[in-house]
Amino acid sequence: MRILISNASPDPIYEQIVKQVRAQILSGELIEGELLPSIRGLGQDLQISVITTKRAYEELEREGFINTVGGKGTYVAAQNQEFLREKRMKAVEEKLAAAVSEARLLGVGLEQLMEMLRLLHGEGE
Amino acid sequence: MENAFEVEGVGKHYKGFSLADVSFSLPRGYIMGLIGPNGAGKTTLIKLVLNLVRRQSGSIRVFGLDNLVHEAEIKARVGFVPDEPNFHSDVTLRDLAAATAIVYRRWDSEAFQRLVSEFQLPMQKKFKTLSHGTKTKFALALALSHGAELVILDEPTAGLDPVFRRELLDRLSGMLQDERVSILFSTHITNDLERSADFITFLRAGRVVFSKPKDEILDSWAVVRGGKELLDAGARAFFDGIVLREHGFEGLTSRIQDVRKLFADRAVVERASLDDIMVLMGKEESHAAQAAH
Repeated sequence: MRILISNASPDPIYEQIVKQVRAQILSGELIEGELLPSIRGLGQDLQISVITTKRAYEELEREGFINTVGGKGTYVAAQNQEFLREKRMKAVEEKLAAAVSEARLLGVGLEQLMEMLRLLHGEGE
Repeated sequence: MENAFEVEGVGKHYKGFSLADVSFSLPRGYIMGLIGPNGAGKTTLIKLVLNLVRRQSGSIRVFGLDNLVHEAEIKARVGFVPDEPNFHSDVTLRDLAAATAIVYRRWDSEAFQRLVSEFQLPMQKKFKTLSHGTKTKFALALALSHGAELVILDEPTAGLDPVFRRELLDRLSGMLQDERVSILFSTHITNDLERSADFITFLRAGRVVFSKPKDEILDSWAVVRGGKELLDAGARAFFDGIVLREHGFEGLTSRIQDVRKLFADRAVVERASLDDIMVLMGKEESHAAQAAH
């Protein structure tokens, strides 16, 4: 697990942890069954409050990304592949929606937008 | 949750200064920062907890025990670093340490030796010849060498360089890996606490302004900066402290959403630091020049 805390970020620290762990699970960097650091261990490592790391873990647990096994530790939960794919598709959709609204502001029409998308998509192949 | 200590309705009156109706508690296993301007009563409050100053009203329990009845037992389980470490000044550190070792049943001489070499303490020197920073390091080494379950530090970082301050904070959060250990840490350098503290107690003029989890505090306050023309009577009601400057105002608010809605993008709204809260809370709309003293 890799976590970088920014003190200048407008996001609260617990949210920065949630976002980064979530992203690493979604990208497959953290895999099912992997043991995460303890709440106190992570607090010391990042030099942040134990209450902050606890809150981050609680949030991740609520979202189904991790499981805490009493007395043993916290693990990356088994992820439903379908569900993961859906989540990532939703992220794609949100980014496209943002691009569309930006394009509207600039008066860029659907045709032109499609052309841009086709080019970008081609580049990635 | 079990508490390391709890203070309830405590009062202590001196000529010209009183602590009044002070209540707060520290759950076991956490670190609490005690903040407030000079003269707020931080040192007096710490001395009351340790019964170095006798309370006049209220109750104080440490590890669930009354601190007057069980004073000796409590002191054996507490490590204390005073703001002005004060030992017999003509005695060498080696002899002072030997005298301290006798007092504590759970004295850990190995742990002490480790700290002596880490802090590079000149054990053959007399106490009075040390700098303030070294005196604090010596007091710290003693406080951390008898298996204390509660460590109380009064302004430990004053007089220490930034490198050692950071090391001290690392060491303190390392101690919290043992869930039985709790730490109370007073300071007016709120930067030291911004990250690692779990709870913050803010003392001002002998009263507790708040005592809460740090995250909750930092999430519930914002600093707002904008032009003075924004401050009509309605807007003023949203603030818990305002300072007027020549080119605008700076205000502290807990009604973050209301303020964002009211001012939209005509003002800057940012997360408040502990410093912002300490400085701005309760400030009337005096000019910055007047507010400075």
